[in-house]
Amino acid sequence: MPESFARWFKSRGWTPRAHQLALLAAGSARQSTLLVAPTGAGKTLSGFLPSLVGLSDKKRALKGAGLHTLYVSPLKALTVDIARNLVAPIGEMGLGIRTETRTGDTSASRRQRQRTRPPHILLTTPEQIALLLAHPDAAYLFADLDTVILDELHALAGSKRGDLLALDLARLRALSPDLMTIGLSATVARPSELRAYLAAQRAPDTETALSGLVVASGGAHPIIEILEIDEPVPWSGHSARYAMLRILESISAHKLTLVFVNTRMQAELVFQELWRINDANLPIGLHHGSLDATQRRKVEAAMAAGKLRAVVATSTLDLGIDWGDVDLVVNVGAPKGSSRLLQRIGRSNHRLDEASKALLVPANRFEVLECRAAQQAALAGEQDAVHARTGSLDVLAQHVLGMACQAPFRPDELFAEMRSAAPYSMLTRDHFDRIVGFVTDGGYALRAYDKFAKLVTMPDGRMRLAHPRFAQQYRLNAGTIVEAPMLKVRLAGRRPTAQAKAGVSKSATKPLVGGRVLGEVDEYFAAQLRPGDAFVFAGEVVRLEGIRDTEVLVSRATASDPVIPSYAGGRFPMSTHLAERVRTMLADRSAWSGLPRPVAEWLDLQDQRSLIPAANEVLVETFPHGQRYHLVCYPFEGRLAHQTLGMLMTRRLDRLGARPLGFVASDYGLSLWCAADLGSMIARGTIMLDRLFEEDMLGDDLDAWLAQSSLMKRTFRHVSVIAGLIERRHPGREKSGRQVTMSTDLVYDVLRKHDPTHILLEAAWNDAATGLLDIARLGDFLRRIRGRIRHRALDVVSPLSVPILLEMGVEPVAGAGREAVLREAAEALIREAAGTV
Amino acid sequence: MLRLKPDRLDTADFTEQSISIAGKAFVADMSGALYWPSEDALIVADLHLEKGSAFAARGQMLPPYDTRETLAKLAAAIDRYDAATVIALGDSLHDVAASDRMDAQSRETLRIMQSDREWIWVTGNHDPTIPHALGGHTLGELTVEGITLRHEPKPGRVTHEISGHMHPAARIYLNGYSIRRPCFVGNGLRLVVPAFGTYTGGLNILDEAFEPLFSTDGMSVWLLGQEGLYPIATRILKED
Repeated sequence: MPESFARWFKSRGWTPRAHQLALLAAGSARQSTLLVAPTGAGKTLSGFLPSLVGLSDKKRALKGAGLHTLYVSPLKALTVDIARNLVAPIGEMGLGIRTETRTGDTSASRRQRQRTRPPHILLTTPEQIALLLAHPDAAYLFADLDTVILDELHALAGSKRGDLLALDLARLRALSPDLMTIGLSATVARPSELRAYLAAQRAPDTETALSGLVVASGGAHPIIEILEIDEPVPWSGHSARYAMLRILESISAHKLTLVFVNTRMQAELVFQELWRINDANLPIGLHHGSLDATQRRKVEAAMAAGKLRAVVATSTLDLGIDWGDVDLVVNVGAPKGSSRLLQRIGRSNHRLDEASKALLVPANRFEVLECRAAQQAALAGEQDAVHARTGSLDVLAQHVLGMACQAPFRPDELFAEMRSAAPYSMLTRDHFDRIVGFVTDGGYALRAYDKFAKLVTMPDGRMRLAHPRFAQQYRLNAGTIVEAPMLKVRLAGRRPTAQAKAGVSKSATKPLVGGRVLGEVDEYFAAQLRPGDAFVFAGEVVRLEGIRDTEVLVSRATASDPVIPSYAGGRFPMSTHLAERVRTMLADRSAWSGLPRPVAEWLDLQDQRSLIPAANEVLVETFPHGQRYHLVCYPFEGRLAHQTLGMLMTRRLDRLGARPLGFVASDYGLSLWCAADLGSMIARGTIMLDRLFEEDMLGDDLDAWLAQSSLMKRTFRHVSVIAGLIERRHPGREKSGRQVTMSTDLVYDVLRKHDPTHILLEAAWNDAATGLLDIARLGDFLRRIRGRIRHRALDVVSPLSVPILLEMGVEPVAGAGREAVLREAAEALIREAAGTV
Repeated sequence: MLRLKPDRLDTADFTEQSISIAGKAFVADMSGALYWPSEDALIVADLHLEKGSAFAARGQMLPPYDTRETLAKLAAAIDRYDAATVIALGDSLHDVAASDRMDAQSRETLRIMQSDREWIWVTGNHDPTIPHALGGHTLGELTVEGITLRHEPKPGRVTHEISGHMHPAARIYLNGYSIRRPCFVGNGLRLVVPAFGTYTGGLNILDEAFEPLFSTDGMSVWLLGQEGLYPIATRILKED
């Protein structure tokens, strides 16, 4: 470490940590490196050390006016925060290094200036790098680039944003061949996936290239408790209403508590419930992604200033920034994964050597098991794995156009460059060519658009943009984040008009007067409400007045029992690792004694009435209930995989004549109900469970179901926006989310009928299979349980099935059966007209 | 909770619906076409042919199959009623250059449909003129048996009128389902037919653009499903 740096560390009373020195050594050896460190280990400063040392070199300073280091963070706010933290060391050591941020909020003139006179260190987001690269002056701008620092890499890799960033890294390496990458990550189970991400991959048949690895030693073990009270734990639901008093007590016993929940609506509910009993008026705030940005900033500022005692938050506060002295983290509901839990717990006591403190609050009985599993995993320091990802094709299409905006390209060279990015190391030439074809003229079997092509081939074989306006189109539409169509929520009231005052007009004709914007809700949620419905939003009870254009107009209301719109547990399915622990715990009777009494009794009862399967088995129960015959199974593979399983089993049961009527899936199990007696069909051998659960359901059945599912249409919408088939914005006009939804559904139907092998349909299928369908996990499950199905035919509902059955009716309704609803509506009208009602 | 099957599966009742406009009898077809039995005429609006290629010309490569898809659907409707006359109620072409972009196959389909029957193009805002090459007669509007057929409905409480232009769609909410579909909307005295073209979206009939045309309480709505055409009570209509 140079003398000036050693002095500075000393002046702070700090000793350089081992991992910081290791990174410096890697930096002088020009070795790209992944730093894995728990929260509070001074990770970010460590990442910058090689660059700061390099820039402090006098020779370099004389030479260099160009951009030296790029810092990339998934969060805009984090770049600003880090820039502030760099000011101190740079100033105090007198390094004279210019540091600037660049985000969507940076002014156009400043962004322009950054191109011509770049700072030494630029802190920015993946989207901005894509935009910088899609410009003819990129070769000049990045020619001297020395280092790229990727912060929170575990959160970026494994997503479409990560795919795009990987491709951008490949191009940066091409522009500046000696480039070094430094990745910063929270603890993960398999760092090799991230190390591959940081390194340039060579030919596909060779061994995967990996960056170096530095692991910072872990901090003190967290203290994790699970809330236990005498009240019985609810059978189902996600609100944890029963535990509010205890949560409030914990808040008042600590300085600042973060209360994490899994969904925005859960946040609203918990916030509401806490305030209902908050007699001491403890300052408690609310923070989630639907709230208006200014309101979120206010809450953050209040936290930092120590003015709040608690904040109820969703994953919006999972990452990054320190906002004050959090000394307790409460996690309401199931943690869903041990890494997520550790990350959240890390928000408390943001110092390495002090133990973080967390309280887990299960909202229902199954969650008690899951919390217990997460507690054990976290104490053992076990992490969920970040899965290696095959880069998506829609991102590839966007990147091809971006590269054409920079300069003409030779397809062979671009193909080789893209395969040096880890997510695309297995990309085939056929896929590459079809994507280039798609970017050029849509790539349709019917060659109708040659004359409108966006890319043209030059005599020397390079491909170039056909017109500069396509570069403008690219800039307006770049990025991989496709939000669900959102509607603004605006506080409004009906002000009496002159006529109304005079008693002339009806109240319904009073005009709505718009007020403050409270935030945004997704369109799907808004569609479920009717005018007059009360619901909880931004911590208030409001009543829907109406929906105008893209705004939801609401007024303040005082309903004592507001609607909490249907939200279905956590958005994230339970991780494979936690699921395994839960299955093991369930099978191990000796572990039950540690469970709360009602939960242990519940399991005992299940053991007597039905059975408890071994950890490697799956239990299938059949019993009559209501007018129906139920089949319940407990794979513990997460709701996405269960939903897919439910859809596919339904098709099979239908073919077998069981007349399935519906199903409900939770994170833990699946319940299907039929009009035919399933128990006796199984007894007669009409239904063979081994056949029913056979893996081949992932073939034709899956294809046939997917083709018409609304889930596939939604996935296709995302893919077509990212790939650039549908524009988010066209120069001079804005397209609202609603309009996009409409047109992609129409496009999907047409494409499927006339061009079923089109590359975008393949892209959408791949996305659905890895994302919302969780096909891989379902496949693993079906293989795992082959020959290990335990069936019990019961006369009545089993204890274990109760929580799953109770989810019925809470679930939002998915795509099928719409025609039946239309028919019902029409028949009702006809009966009405005929006077038979 | 997901209900997978309706209790009854017969769909025959809903493929078409009788509609009366100013005392004349019409048949609304689930495809979105309107048949006039006494005149043996089939009325369709807003075909927007070559909309896909119009987007492609601007750099957005929508699948180039919309024109053949629309024409195939139209051919099926013509076959079903074997109408002596076809009246296209305006915006049949997405723009004035559409006919230049239309491929030979689509032109041929159109020519075959036009043989042996009268074909009338009513002009619309997207297609103020129709090239001769596309055959048929071109009219600004026409009045048959006291009923005026025009592209854009006249604002105000006009009666005896059939029009297009508005791309009417309705959203209903029932039993937890929210469904949005194109629709016919009328009040017994006038009717707006849905857009027939493949890439045509819809405008919610509760939008204020419909206010000058109908008073909400007298409105009748027929929603286009995938297996039928469904009369819907206006009180279950929802805004977007």
